[in-house]
Amino acid sequence: MEYIGEHLLPGQLGHGFIVLSLVASLIATFSYFKSAQAKNTEDATYWKKLARGAFITEVISVIAIFAILFYIISNHLFEYKYAWQHSSRSLEPKYLLACFWEGQEGSFLLWSIWHCVLGLILIRTAKKWEAPVMTVVSLMQVALATMIAGIYFFGWKMGTNPFILLRDSGVLDNAPVLHINGDVAMGLRQDYMMSITDGNDLNPLLQNYWMVIHPPVLFMGFASSVVPFAFAMAGLWKKKFGEWTKPALPWTLFSAAVLGVGIMMGAMWAYESLTFGGYWAWDPVENASLVPWLILIGGIHTLLIYKHTGHSLRATHLFFILAFGFVLYSTFLTRSGILGETSVHAFTDLGMNMQLLVFLLLFIVPAFILFANRYKQIPHIQKEESSSSREFWMFIGSLVFFLSALVVIGKTSLPVYNKIFGTKMAPPEKAEFSYNQIMIFIAIILAVLTAVTQYLKYKSTTTKFFLKKIWMPTLIAIIIATLVLAFGHVNYEKESYGFMAAIWLAVACSIYTIVANAAYIWIGMKGKLNLSGGSIAHVGFGMVLLGILISSSKKEVLSNNIGGIPAPLDKNENPRENLTLVKGLTVDMGKYTLTYEGDSSHPKKQLKYYKVHFKSKDGKEDFVLMPNSFVNYKGNEGLMSNPDARHYWDHDVFTYITSISNPDKMEDTTTFRTKNLHPGDTLFYSAGFIIFNGVTEKKDLPEKLFGKDGSLFTAQLKVHAKTGSVFSIAPKLGFAKGEYLAVPDTLIPESIILKLDKVNPDQSVAIGIKESNGVMDYITLKAYKFPYIRLLWLGVIITALGIIISMRRRIVLNRLSDNQS
Amino acid sequence: MKKTHIILLVFIAASIAVLISMLNTGSTYETIADAKALPGKFVHVAVRLDKSKPVEFDAKKDPNYLSFYATGVEDPKEAMKVVYRNGEIPNLMISERLVLKGKYMDGQFECKDVQTKCPSKYKEEMKHPQDESVKKSAAYNPPATTDVKK
Repeated sequence: MEYIGEHLLPGQLGHGFIVLSLVASLIATFSYFKSAQAKNTEDATYWKKLARGAFITEVISVIAIFAILFYIISNHLFEYKYAWQHSSRSLEPKYLLACFWEGQEGSFLLWSIWHCVLGLILIRTAKKWEAPVMTVVSLMQVALATMIAGIYFFGWKMGTNPFILLRDSGVLDNAPVLHINGDVAMGLRQDYMMSITDGNDLNPLLQNYWMVIHPPVLFMGFASSVVPFAFAMAGLWKKKFGEWTKPALPWTLFSAAVLGVGIMMGAMWAYESLTFGGYWAWDPVENASLVPWLILIGGIHTLLIYKHTGHSLRATHLFFILAFGFVLYSTFLTRSGILGETSVHAFTDLGMNMQLLVFLLLFIVPAFILFANRYKQIPHIQKEESSSSREFWMFIGSLVFFLSALVVIGKTSLPVYNKIFGTKMAPPEKAEFSYNQIMIFIAIILAVLTAVTQYLKYKSTTTKFFLKKIWMPTLIAIIIATLVLAFGHVNYEKESYGFMAAIWLAVACSIYTIVANAAYIWIGMKGKLNLSGGSIAHVGFGMVLLGILISSSKKEVLSNNIGGIPAPLDKNENPRENLTLVKGLTVDMGKYTLTYEGDSSHPKKQLKYYKVHFKSKDGKEDFVLMPNSFVNYKGNEGLMSNPDARHYWDHDVFTYITSISNPDKMEDTTTFRTKNLHPGDTLFYSAGFIIFNGVTEKKDLPEKLFGKDGSLFTAQLKVHAKTGSVFSIAPKLGFAKGEYLAVPDTLIPESIILKLDKVNPDQSVAIGIKESNGVMDYITLKAYKFPYIRLLWLGVIITALGIIISMRRRIVLNRLSDNQS
Repeated sequence: MKKTHIILLVFIAASIAVLISMLNTGSTYETIADAKALPGKFVHVAVRLDKSKPVEFDAKKDPNYLSFYATGVEDPKEAMKVVYRNGEIPNLMISERLVLKGKYMDGQFECKDVQTKCPSKYKEEMKHPQDESVKKSAAYNPPATTDVKK
């Protein structure tokens, strides 16, 4: 049957290219394998030529698939499920790419296209390593092609085809209106496309510019991690142990820089777009991408040890296998739906668990078999490293990186244990703290090692030499750390004092890292920046640590709310972070006063911007923040909020909306009028009268919120409406930390707000009354202060820059030695 | 014994210690009945929102207080009152399932964190004829299509 308004050609073409890419990558893998195994150069060249042709065919196919899918999305061909599910007509063109990789299929394609790019570079540069290395890369392409194949293989569905039609996907099966005679047992109506007018759109939380750039960078990181792995495999396979490390080193550095930046871009997105109030939450999806990076960094250091001393080659093999293995494992975790209960932003399950598991085992099992078989043959040095040598402490550092990766992945894999052992373990109450309490010590050890190790020489170092070089940076670091800790108020009392001491120690150590490595650029490298990539990266790493420590431990809740029903909380717990702002009514919030001035709407979407005016009481700051929210968006109920932040060089003021009033509201322009009342006095308003029954004072309040001698006055009033109803209303006035703070009370049925302005010694009070001429417009928000968050972002940039400088230098060195030989 | 071996042993010991400490401080997935039987223990409970009972939230009174009633996912007869002191929960009303994280205390569940599981978007859309596209098509082809319930 033919349906009206469908465009079937792009999908057929697309699927054709998918099949072609699968076949081409299979041929490429086989031919590269034959070429690598060939006994004579003639055979090797013949197979290599064939393999290259196949790989280039594969590259063209992947690009074609990519282009066709993008064409479908950008032309709003909603007869295709992918376009219907992930995009909409109102989506801005800049987010078309973001919705391309919102789904699993698109992100697999993204991964695949990076392999194509890397593969082409390898074909040009890898020379004798081309055949074995490209065997692995091509096999990876086979695996990725099966993920989007969507073909049945002996009754087993392989992959999910991104070109599947909406009508074939089962989505429409239960919609009677689209079927002939409204009967779902019958076929679809010929004109069903008339009803499919718009798509589901990109998840509003992903409508952020970071989502355009973060996935490509992260997947470039994932994709490039196959190269060091492939070189290590090639070395084992061809028994050229150690030789492979030379071409692999620049690739490994590249992978570490890109993956690291990709992860932190995700953190930026979370900070700017999600509302958990931070940039990192030890969420399984975050952890899964961090773990390969941690191991890769360990691997880079053991590789450098090998280059300089001949030690640690076996460890390097292990780290490269595991770094790549954990990329695959994290793919399994985040895409199989196994994390469902524990993660907020894993992909949805496409029923490909088995295939993902096979994908993981396909690479890991042969890799470990090969590694185990060749283990004895891998050259190693019997003699121990001297404990005064650089390589010894570098190795310890690599081990610590590896250990921290194991801790993180061990904790993240909880749902996997539950699945295997049938247990019902869940993350602990303080899920983030359970990571932080371990990672803080790892940070301390790594920071100290990073600070001092460069001052040691390879092989062995005399104490005199070491002390002569290191005394000055150490002294400077101690002075700076003392000043920071003495005047920086790094007081994180939420957990134990032991934890706070650990934070102090970690702050001091990360300052040491920054100072010692910055100094080393001059002391050790005579200021030659192009040779100092390592030191620069270490400075950046120290800044990242310091930025994380300070921004997390000095994060402040600005929207502390002292009104409402007291919660039975632990001594140091305070989740009362929501603050309600009635439109036009200025509310006190710590050092700021806040006024909600109104909202404005997006021209096309159900997106609203809320204008919140911040003024600091000292008059120095005066700014407007516009947090926005998608209201009842596409089948969602309530709000999907995006925060807004005011950036200062040393801190951010960060706010987002948690709740809003009913959108059907009226303008409210009235103001407060103030009356002095004694107990028993009556106050009239347009629709009745109010009797003041007296005021109570509450002392003995939590010192954390109120400071010493804080008190909370509550005025008791009864509202007698004309209708005969009687209501109680109780505005409050807090005296906290030397300041008065009014907490107005609202009576919605009568549309009045009462505010307690003043309590006199004779128990008389000044009460402000405001009558609203409609249902009041209000928003509820949370606000935080993040200090020194820019230090973290700057640290990330410097780390990446340092690694790239090292990479460039290694490429230059490799070229020089190639030309000599 | 070699120095590296000693270091490796120390690291292995450290990781085992970490793993053990992890298991002890962990929480578990429980049913409502089990959560009630374990007052004061931090647990994860999968529940459904009881839509027949009121959801209490008034941002103007207290934007931090929200309470509702929940029933068990497996046993709908199990029920408890849930108090969440961190504002409004998005998608609460349309949620299919909720994973509550908190403690059962003093006759109610003090929920610290909540995760909402919503039905897939398209199912929701097709079940309720509110969606523009479905409404339009209902008008386009009137006979016997207004009743979209199964």
